Amino acid sequence: MRYAETGFHLEIDLSRGNIERVASDPRSTEIYLGGQGTAAKILWDRVPPEVEPFSPDNLLIFSAGLLVGTPVVGANRTVVTTISPRNDLYKDSVFGGFFGPELKHAGYDKIIIRGKAPDLVYLWINNDKIEIRDATHLRGKGAIETVALIREELKEPKAQVATIGLAGENRVYFATIEHLNASASRGVGPVMGDKRLKAIAVRGTKDLNIAHPAELFEICSRMYQEIYDNPRCGDALKYIDEYSLEWHLNNFAWGNARERRKDFWNDEIAKKYEESEKRVRVRGTACYNCPKDCHHVIAYPGRSLYFQKCYSELTYMMAAYEDRDFNYNIVGLTQEYGLDGYSAPQVLAFGVELYNAGILTDQDLPGFPSGNGERFFYLLEKIVHREGIGDALANGVYYAARQIGKGAEEFDHNTIKKIEQVPLKLGMINYPYFLMHATGEKMNITQIEGSYPQAAIPDRKEREEYVRQWDAAPERFKKYFLEWEPREHPSIEAAVNIVDWNETMHYVDDAVGICAFLSSFTGQWGPKPPYHIYNLPKLISLASGLDLDPDKLWEIAKRNRNLIRAINVSRGLRRVDEKPPADHWKKRNPEMEQKMLDAYYEFKGWNQDGIPTKKTLDGLGLDYVSKEFIKRGILKENDGAPS
Amino acid sequence: MNGDSKKKIVKEIKIDIDKCIGCRACEVACSAFHANPKYSSINPARSRIRVVMDELNNEYVPILAGDYTPAECPGRHTFLINGKQYSECSFCRASCPSRDLFKEPDSGLPLKCDMCESDPPLPEPMCVQVCRTDALTYVEREEEVKEEEVSEDEVEIGLDALIDKYGLQKIEETFARMSLAKKG
Ligand code: SF4
Ligand code: SF4
Repeated sequence: MRYAETGFHLEIDLSRGNIERVASDPRSTEIYLGGQGTAAKILWDRVPPEVEPFSPDNLLIFSAGLLVGTPVVGANRTVVTTISPRNDLYKDSVFGGFFGPELKHAGYDKIIIRGKAPDLVYLWINNDKIEIRDATHLRGKGAIETVALIREELKEPKAQVATIGLAGENRVYFATIEHLNASASRGVGPVMGDKRLKAIAVRGTKDLNIAHPAELFEICSRMYQEIYDNPRCGDALKYIDEYSLEWHLNNFAWGNARERRKDFWNDEIAKKYEESEKRVRVRGTACYNCPKDCHHVIAYPGRSLYFQKCYSELTYMMAAYEDRDFNYNIVGLTQEYGLDGYSAPQVLAFGVELYNAGILTDQDLPGFPSGNGERFFYLLEKIVHREGIGDALANGVYYAARQIGKGAEEFDHNTIKKIEQVPLKLGMINYPYFLMHATGEKMNITQIEGSYPQAAIPDRKEREEYVRQWDAAPERFKKYFLEWEPREHPSIEAAVNIVDWNETMHYVDDAVGICAFLSSFTGQWGPKPPYHIYNLPKLISLASGLDLDPDKLWEIAKRNRNLIRAINVSRGLRRVDEKPPADHWKKRNPEMEQKMLDAYYEFKGWNQDGIPTKKTLDGLGLDYVSKEFIKRGILKENDGAPS
Repeated sequence: MNGDSKKKIVKEIKIDIDKCIGCRACEVACSAFHANPKYSSINPARSRIRVVMDELNNEYVPILAGDYTPAECPGRHTFLINGKQYSECSFCRASCPSRDLFKEPDSGLPLKCDMCESDPPLPEPMCVQVCRTDALTYVEREEEVKEEEVSEDEVEIGLDALIDKYGLQKIEETFARMSLAKKG
């Protein structure tokens, strides 16, 4: 019997309308755990670098993490994996809510989609009954609206739905896949649109088995209380005081990632914001099996009821220099269209900047309004319909800049590997952050940072106390933290280790499906994140029956990290691509930065071009990767071997 | 004892729908507890508490499975509460033919909340234990009751449903045949 997982994948070929239920290899679970890890292996095996994102041969994989559907509190993440048109590289994005658990109960760990439907369809998974259904009547429907329509049509109010909006249908590069209170972003939506798959609806009523039930449940019952009581986990914008609205407004950049307004916040604004919130907020809701009510239900006049998720809480208003009411209004629309709350605001602000600079003219933007907010709404329509200049903007800042030309490239100043980044413009270079931005496969800092605190504690006594309570940290980090004085740079050794730990925890979460707000993203806010490298192995073992300890779990995360790196390397990613936006920090130190990068590559077991060496790959059991690299001339036979 | 009044503990789960955050931990815990062996599998579809959820209407109503009923209601009421419409079904505890709530997913047999009967007794029913927002709270109070009540057990509820579905005769026949076969 399989535990925690169902042991089955659903293979859907949209070109041929073929549906297959395929048993998965239990060894794959032992080696890559699940979720992102097992999906990356499938992508490596079946989507060679010659396959383009919009080819029918590209795969779109929905994976419920290994612990999803077990009683482990907050294990509810589904990860979507594909090759994205954003930069022709590996992309995954994780979403919470209720989709993953429902999929497991329907009897599947993954949905693997290939091909392209002749016209718009949706997938209806009702336990063993699977249908590819016509969705032409849903064309252009909003992502929230679609959920209601599909549930009604199927007469199944309990169906969980993941769907694209108009943006996804029109292959806008920063289109999302929406699931009411959660969404998958970073460029996976356009692939779903390209496959002409409007939505997936799932309903499942089967048992999911647990390897060591009584013991696991005993721990989980305690975790409900612990997580509920822990004030330093859950959606950062909702739960973490010093990471609140004020902090974001004063520290993040406004406009097209241009300007910090350090004293923006005052009592009057605080009051106004509170009033805006009161007007529209209806209640807080949670994801499956988690006691944190992270999502605000928003009732904005004229919009469908929608869920405010952390990241888009401020991004549109800051990009447009608008107020909070504007943000609530536009998010009600962008969630229907299905747009990434990081990228979309920056693309819109970029468009406004190009107009102000005279690069885009009234000819490109007939009837362009004068107010910033109105301009955002105007551009939004152009983009989701891919109309006129919107067709270029729909490809994201990087490609749009090059398509538009006339100096527009100069305004593309906040992308890494062609993807818009969190709008941070800071003073002094921070080396761990430099490394995370430059080298992270996720290409979004929030998916890489999170276990090691962002700031030193000035008071030595407090620092000692922090370290005393810090069960989540391996010993070396306690030492680094104790030695860390404010405004001092960590040593090279400390910096590379910090980056490694931060990203390792994300690789764990994204394989097992635990919410990062309870784990990999939340360690930085205090010494007691609910989940960490020392308590996760036991939970995974009890649920799945796998034999794990912290070292073995770390090793799996490392393997998955290298495998995903390998996919990107096979698609051409090299050291030259590994740099943060030039103006991310005012004070840079190019020489030290390169030293850091050298050290990091070495620490990771990669050569100086950022390619995992044969020794590293073989040591992780990824010899099929090293063989392929040698065959393709990416590595030489003796690369990385001791000289 | 007949006709005497006696004291009885009345167990009650109070539901505050305004506090419900729609996490469905109650469903997870209930289905785990009632699995055989205990906790060995999870399946909200087997839970005896269900959160009737319509996210687009901001509706989150935890309902405990009540009695089985062979027929659906002839008509349905709509409730207007705080300016919001709820169908009567949102609050109905019945395991009824018009929905798949409170039925075993494989057999279709009705499920009923047993307040987590257990030996030794639980301090609180499972769903209440995991509901950290206090949308569910547990109260016990003593009440005078006239007669000893005959409580239907699960087998009886199940048989009742089967009789409704197939008719008494068919069930009797099947039962007789199975008894013979089992006895060899
Ligand atoms: S912490 Fe928040 S986002 Fe994470 S699972 Fe719980 S409710 Fe969802
Ligand atoms: S556990 Fe409580 S808050 Fe969560 S769904 Fe059930 S009743 Fe609602």
